[in-house]
Amino acid sequence: MDLLAVILVDGLIYGAWLFIVSVGLTLTFGVLNILNMAHGGLYAIGAYTTATAVGIYFANGGDAFPLGSYAVMVFAALLVAVVLGPLLERGLLRHFYDRDHVVIVLVTYGIFLILEDVMKLIWGVTPLFVSEPYSLLGNVEMGPLFYVTYDFLVIGVAIVAGLAVWYVLNRTRQGKVVLAVIHDREMSRTMGVNVNKVFMVSFMAGVFLAALGGALTAPMISVSPGISVNVIILAFAVVIIGGLGSIEGAAIGALFVGIARAASVHMLPAAELFIIYLVMAAVLVFRPEGLFPKTEARKI
Amino acid sequence: MTNSRLFVPLSCVLIFSVLVGIGFIIPQWAMFLATMALAKGLVALGIVILMRAGLVSFGQGLYFCIGAYVSGLMANWTGITDIVLLSILGVLVSVILAAICARLLSGYRGIFFAMLTLSLSMILYGALSKMSIIGGTDGLNVSAPTFLGYAPEGRALGFSLYFYTCLVSVIAGGLIRVYFNSERGLTTLAIRDNELRVEYLGSSVKSAISSGYIMAAAVGGLGGVIAGLAIGHVDPEYAYWTTSGEFVFVAILSGFFSIGAVFASSIVLEVVRSFSNLYFPNTWQLVLGVFLLIVILLLPNGLGSLFSKRRRKGGSE
Repeated sequence: MDLLAVILVDGLIYGAWLFIVSVGLTLTFGVLNILNMAHGGLYAIGAYTTATAVGIYFANGGDAFPLGSYAVMVFAALLVAVVLGPLLERGLLRHFYDRDHVVIVLVTYGIFLILEDVMKLIWGVTPLFVSEPYSLLGNVEMGPLFYVTYDFLVIGVAIVAGLAVWYVLNRTRQGKVVLAVIHDREMSRTMGVNVNKVFMVSFMAGVFLAALGGALTAPMISVSPGISVNVIILAFAVVIIGGLGSIEGAAIGALFVGIARAASVHMLPAAELFIIYLVMAAVLVFRPEGLFPKTEARKI
Repeated sequence: MTNSRLFVPLSCVLIFSVLVGIGFIIPQWAMFLATMALAKGLVALGIVILMRAGLVSFGQGLYFCIGAYVSGLMANWTGITDIVLLSILGVLVSVILAAICARLLSGYRGIFFAMLTLSLSMILYGALSKMSIIGGTDGLNVSAPTFLGYAPEGRALGFSLYFYTCLVSVIAGGLIRVYFNSERGLTTLAIRDNELRVEYLGSSVKSAISSGYIMAAAVGGLGGVIAGLAIGHVDPEYAYWTTSGEFVFVAILSGFFSIGAVFASSIVLEVVRSFSNLYFPNTWQLVLGVFLLIVILLLPNGLGSLFSKRRRKGGSE
């Protein structure tokens, strides 16, 4: 198997993972106009909740039906979304909607800091391991290399998640209402749309996607404090490359970054640490607002 | 209040003497804390300059790091330990780099400006981490500074550094206050409101933003030199995004009306962090986060709005 193919497969796997952790961020930005720094924290909470839930599942006779652990993972992500989504959006964020963009970023940074320590208080600082779901599906042989089948499951989930978000937004009634709110909040409100509800549900969807990213990642890593920090910046980079608020953009941005990173790991390992930022800077130089920017009227 | 020509220099002298006076009383740990807070305040001041134009740089760590590395490398390679010379060099390197970056950055607004500055600083972080010749992720030690030939030790060193930091902070603060009140400085406030109008009125938005960015880099580099010398060690973490985030934190905390508030916020943050580190070692981030939310909620225009009633009322936009 030649180098190019290896880079492509690795890049695809990494890109799919990146897409899952960043699509929620772009969705939240698209609808609520909030760049959510707490996204990384929500991702980590998803990972922790999954680690706990899957651990409980296997401790209580889950071995008889190990595939059920995948359902448990999705359920854990849903739980995080249902509990934290309304709490953060209704309880905190809505008080800041009329404030400056940057202030809201700082608010979510505050939430991020709080979540960091809350996680330590709940789960402690010892790493958690739940590798069962990772090894469950065995390996795939591709030429001389073996890939873990789970990695391809991640690609599948990324595709399903992307298509689902796209379908809901563009092909359903509720999705069209959301698009209307994105386009003009005030006008939608006068047309009888419950904008607050749209905000809350969209934010919950964003939280769910973040937590789902964490849930999928939990079996692959040791879940420990600090996993959230890098994810924020990775997700930011992907979303910025794609153009804020664009789902297609996030997908292409994730692929871009995934392949660039895989290429750098195989060909130029020294650059691995900052290749993402290099890609981001390069894209922004040529496309100042990302690949798929939102068009906005100039206000004089 | 600010009408008199003498107001800025007089208040600078007053603040400087108060700061130095405090330096005689406080214990050494507090002096170190104050030195660091002022050094970081200088960097945050740079963000405030840009904030007045409605831009937030999430990458001032870049210049903080460059200043610190210049002082470290110069001391190690050439044996220059004079703090004045190191400051000039640090500022010079920062300004040159900023002049190059400004050409690119001045075309960006909002979150794109923030992310581009962030990525520049992270590229430096990644590059420094991999350069084993200058210590890689371990960084390198910086020898103690000398002050125009005077080479103090122990408490005298701490005090000299504190004295120097107060001096440059007050001078930088005074100069920037003069800039804020100047025509060009006021143009940046207009850019924040509506840059298209500024263009129509015949001012160049790009050049105003570029010069603001270069000034921000200069104070950032200066803060870095001092921080590097005060800690005695530099590592790539100086350019990491969380370091830059801290500066933004200070800038938001202070708001963009008062320069004194920037340094005050920096000291407040440093104190809150040190004490919550001491008393709540496992939950200091929680304390910091709650503190941040409370400030944003209760003081929309930052700590600076406490100092002036007029600004508290009508200064938001």
